[in-house]
Amino acid sequence: MTAIMKRELSAYFKSPIGYVFIAVSFLFSGFFFWYFALSIGSTDVSFVFLGMFYVYMIFVPVLTMRLMADENKQRTDQLLLTAPVGLMRLVAGKFLSAYCVFMLGDIVMLIYGVVMSFLATVNWAIILGNFVALALIGAVFVSAGLFVSTLTESQMVAAIGSIALNAALSLITVIASIIPVQAIADIISKLAVFDRYYEFTTGIFSLSGVIFFISVVVVFMFLTVRVLERRRWA
Amino acid sequence: MIEVRHLTKSYGPKKAVNDISFTAEDGQVLGFLGPNGAGKSTTMNILTGYISSTEGQAFINGVDILEDPIKAKSFIGYLPEQPPLYFDMTVDEYLSFVYSLKKCRLPKKSHLNEICDIVKLTDVRKRLIKNLSKGYKQRVGFAQALVGNPKVLILDEPTVGLDPKQIIEIRTLIKRLGRNHTVILSSHILPEVQAVCDRIVVINKGRIVANDNADSLARNLSADHKLVLHIEGGSEEVKKLLGSVTDVERVFVGRQVDERVWEYHVEAKEGADVRREIFRKLAARNYPILLMRSNELSLEEVFLKLTTGDEYGGAEKLERKFDRIEKGEDKK
Repeated sequence: MTAIMKRELSAYFKSPIGYVFIAVSFLFSGFFFWYFALSIGSTDVSFVFLGMFYVYMIFVPVLTMRLMADENKQRTDQLLLTAPVGLMRLVAGKFLSAYCVFMLGDIVMLIYGVVMSFLATVNWAIILGNFVALALIGAVFVSAGLFVSTLTESQMVAAIGSIALNAALSLITVIASIIPVQAIADIISKLAVFDRYYEFTTGIFSLSGVIFFISVVVVFMFLTVRVLERRRWA
Repeated sequence: MIEVRHLTKSYGPKKAVNDISFTAEDGQVLGFLGPNGAGKSTTMNILTGYISSTEGQAFINGVDILEDPIKAKSFIGYLPEQPPLYFDMTVDEYLSFVYSLKKCRLPKKSHLNEICDIVKLTDVRKRLIKNLSKGYKQRVGFAQALVGNPKVLILDEPTVGLDPKQIIEIRTLIKRLGRNHTVILSSHILPEVQAVCDRIVVINKGRIVANDNADSLARNLSADHKLVLHIEGGSEEVKKLLGSVTDVERVFVGRQVDERVWEYHVEAKEGADVRREIFRKLAARNYPILLMRSNELSLEEVFLKLTTGDEYGGAEKLERKFDRIEKGEDKK
């Protein structure tokens, strides 16, 4: 697992992708921080984080698109899948490498909190709540992207597919609201990622929320393993 | 040791591999011979656990690849048809990645040095894989398979894309490795298999058509009642003359070897020895025999015979068809 993680991390920073992702993170979060907080003298960071939610929805797939798609294309999956390594470890290694890069981009959000605390009194519960929420949603996006990347040989298809999947995950509430059958709508809205996300941003730390996000991540990693297994059996 | 029992792999109704069984002992180099699309790579992919079989079992050192894949895989070094290389890494980085991926416990530095020495990579270790020539990439793939000193080596067309000198080097290397490893290599290059392998499994359309050692494969299929001759003289007269020999059933005129020299294939009744009479008849009419050999099939011919059921192969088959058309036997 560590071998794969190390290789992937070094691959991120040998190509521009790692730097581009972090730069985009810094650029957008900096802009949102200035626009929604600094320029109007507000300590309410909800919009800063909300903006980043959408940025990550679109940019995390850039990070995850090559994870498996490239292996499939270059046939290097033959090396990984014939090595004496369990599939779950392989998937976990891939996930962790992308998540590390994601967190390098995300961590700057805490610095904005520190900056603000010099200028005004800030509500750390809200900032930390938002930060944890964004970190958790990032894990969901990374695992979803990894899953889609496993399905294809094309990085482009992987990227577009993951953006679509991320959007669908984020819009579950809307989808639920247009389903006429109440029972089904109820079940679907229980899966609503955004509702859980929103709970955190109000500064309420809920263990069930953390477990929910981790479960979603585990489900996607499990699905990824299944796809790799299925190819073996096809 | 590798043991394969009744392996079948179906893709829908198509059977890529159909009920094949064979065993490769320790210290044996087993050649897997077949035309493109015969099922060689599929079989190798099953042996290495990359894909599963639909039916049947494969044992690597006694471990079923489906039951305990991780243990079975730890015995295997695999060089796929296309070496699985990361182009953004240097040779050194790549090999140490493989080293940790395989959870190798041998002393890292000396082990990797040794491997690079064996496959002659030492000069390019600091270079990016993407900048290497095809021959070097193939060697990096080979090196990768050797990491961890696995007991079983599975090599899918290991010499493809190498220049003749490199091919000889790699063959020598495989032979050397074969002394204390079990090696399975696939190829459609017959002299290669003949030169390197102790045992040959010929596969066609997913089925094993022969499984024997190289020499006896040729011997068993040799045909003493079939002769190949090179004779100087007009081809039509010679053909008639040959046809008039007792027990000769068929005569085909083959290619023109030289000016006024043609090749002839003579088929006599099974068990009949027609060589003396041929000599006398031709000598009497002053047609010098420049070559006469019984048609002991070369591996090439064995291969064609096994896979197409005809030792003359496609080209000569066509020639015979033309013969028939000329004679008006075949109106099509």
